[in-house]
Amino acid sequence: MSASSLSVATNLVGSFTAEAFAAHLASLPPSLPAWWIARKRAAYEKFAALPLPARTDESWRFSSISTLTLDGFTLPSAAATQVPHAPIGIKKAAKLVFANGRLFSHEPLSAELAARGVIVTTLQDALVKHEALVREHLLAQPPKLGSAKFSALHEAFLVDGAFIHIPRGITVEQPIGVFSYALGATTAVFPHTLVVAGENSRATLVEYFGSGQDTEAQFAAGANDLYASHGAHLTYIGKQDWSHRALSFQSNSTVVRRDARVQSLNVHLGARQARHESLSQLQAPGAFSEMLALTVAESGQEFDQRTLQIHQAPNTKSDLLYKNALRGTAKTIFSGLIVVDPDAQKTDAYQSNRNLMLSDEAEANSLPGLEIQANDVRCTHGATSSRIDPEQEFYLQARGIAKAAADELLTFGFFEEVLNRLSADDLHEALRVLIQTKFKK
Amino acid sequence: MSQLEIKNLHVSIADKEIVKGLSLTIKGGEVHAIMGPNGTGKSTLSKAIAGHPDYTITSGEVLLDGVSILEKEADERARAGIFLAFQYPSEIPGVSIANFLRAALQARLADGEEIDASGYYKRLYAKMDLLKIDRKFTSRAVNDGFSGGEKKRCEILQMAMLEPKVALMDETDSGLDIDALRIVADGVNTMRSPELGVLLITHYQRLLDYIVPDYVHVMYDGRIVKSGDKTLAHELEAKGYDWIKKELANAKA
Ligand SMILES: Nc1ncnc2c1ncn2[C@@H]1O[C@H](COP(=O)(O)OP(=O)(O)O)[C@@H](O)[C@H]1O
Ligand SMILES: [Mg+2]
Repeated sequence: MSASSLSVATNLVGSFTAEAFAAHLASLPPSLPAWWIARKRAAYEKFAALPLPARTDESWRFSSISTLTLDGFTLPSAAATQVPHAPIGIKKAAKLVFANGRLFSHEPLSAELAARGVIVTTLQDALVKHEALVREHLLAQPPKLGSAKFSALHEAFLVDGAFIHIPRGITVEQPIGVFSYALGATTAVFPHTLVVAGENSRATLVEYFGSGQDTEAQFAAGANDLYASHGAHLTYIGKQDWSHRALSFQSNSTVVRRDARVQSLNVHLGARQARHESLSQLQAPGAFSEMLALTVAESGQEFDQRTLQIHQAPNTKSDLLYKNALRGTAKTIFSGLIVVDPDAQKTDAYQSNRNLMLSDEAEANSLPGLEIQANDVRCTHGATSSRIDPEQEFYLQARGIAKAAADELLTFGFFEEVLNRLSADDLHEALRVLIQTKFKK
Repeated sequence: MSQLEIKNLHVSIADKEIVKGLSLTIKGGEVHAIMGPNGTGKSTLSKAIAGHPDYTITSGEVLLDGVSILEKEADERARAGIFLAFQYPSEIPGVSIANFLRAALQARLADGEEIDASGYYKRLYAKMDLLKIDRKFTSRAVNDGFSGGEKKRCEILQMAMLEPKVALMDETDSGLDIDALRIVADGVNTMRSPELGVLLITHYQRLLDYIVPDYVHVMYDGRIVKSGDKTLAHELEAKGYDWIKKELANAKA
């Protein structure tokens, strides 16, 4: 092998070498099913073969490419001894805490919910005990939004994650919490959460991503799979609060079946560069996906959100509202596409990206899109960017509120439309407190 | 006892002089009314004192308790004790009255000090009861979708909570029906004390039946052209602003 071809190969995998992958496989428990190991091997091959995103890729338009490095990261081996304090406290039905991809601690379900068949456990456990369900749903939806390489990397190096199953007709009143921490200066993590909501079940999942220190230059390639069976109602809240020096890729897939509804709200606060892909597939009549996001972007941060709402059946509905507040020299990208299949008549699809520019130097890019192949549909999309109204700002200042605090208050005012979509007041308040921490930094 | 001194104030907006040399001293405990026709510069005067960035003070002084406030930003002026009740209050969607007032009070505390939430709500509800504002309003967004009268009551509620040294009340009576006017006037009257000086801007005498001023000034073309006691307001009501214009024309001739 020539020196030059070797260096190309190295560039395609960075720190995630074949040796590192072999070591990762060797570290997994022998109990894991063979199909899963085979899938991981195939994923690694795919990861190693796929090129890194290029400036000319339409799905990476406006993204900073040169900063998407795979080098300089380490795969954690030792178990963590301590995780940071959870920033918010709301009562949970159960809780799983992962540190560097391994289960750190957990609070089990009540005996009553467990007896009714609710499952909140690790993927490693579920791969053995609930093999069929996991096999059917784990990373079952191929990535469609441009991050195939990072999704393959995720699958290859995924150590452990959360598996949640709500059986048919069961309601879990309190949220289920999943916390994923990355600890260590250059740590790479691959968090995963899989939720299978059975027919007519009800549940809320709150997921938190955080770092040990805000200065750690970590790497995260995470994913989740949400599957809402016939008539299920699922609420998902994701809070991305990685270190401000982290590089993050997250790929979320939502499948909504007949008369089911999924509400997801992703709050983006951390990372130096965060790519977030959300795919919603409305597969049967009556399916509804509400896709919400709130981002506070500041100097040195780039948030790159790509979404796809696919209407695959008639009488389906999707409603997307992504709001970004940009400070300093922050940069955001929103690219959203609504796809309506030929027989998905009576589709009702909405997509809106709103940017609040708190500084003249910030940059917000919007690429809304429609691809409609049915003729009887209602699809609306739009994007706006606006500055703070100086009269509003003066009004707040005239009450003694300094400009920085006024901007914070007006940002919350701007976010309220999204937070108000949550039906649980304590979640609303917990998110407000979490977002506030970003303004206190 | 506090005191606001306005000395030979000149205010321009976009290079056009609007306030053309106005002097006035408001002592704690006093209520001064400024009356004048539309477009004469009353709102300009009040916004300039409050520190609106669009209004340039080209000369003159504004002193609060002997200290110039003109170098201060609007928020510092407010914290120093200036309160402007806006003629047209801004709507702040998504920000509840409770959170808004809490932020305003928090801004007056030292770093690291936190507002006592239960004491805050107790006080807020008491003031709302006084102003006959439904407690449900605490969770409504500031002025968002409020009627004219609701906006004005919300301004007075803020004034009651922030306890300024000097209140500049710009046409607080406009848009109010008689019942609302009474409520607002009662609210202001209960706040009257030696600790508070009030500048009431209005162009109707009606308000002054409910908030009885110590002094009445007539403002015309950027200046105070006549001052007197409350009887001046009645005279103005009877004779109209043309009377002032004629007097001024005669004086010039
Ligand atoms: N923001 C502004 N831009 C331009 N002109 C203004 C502005 N505000 C006030 N003016 C002008 O200044 C003059 C005085 O207005 P204002 O102070 O509102 O009077 P009043 O409150 O006495 O009715 C008017 O001629 C008005 O058109
Ligand atoms: Mg006016």
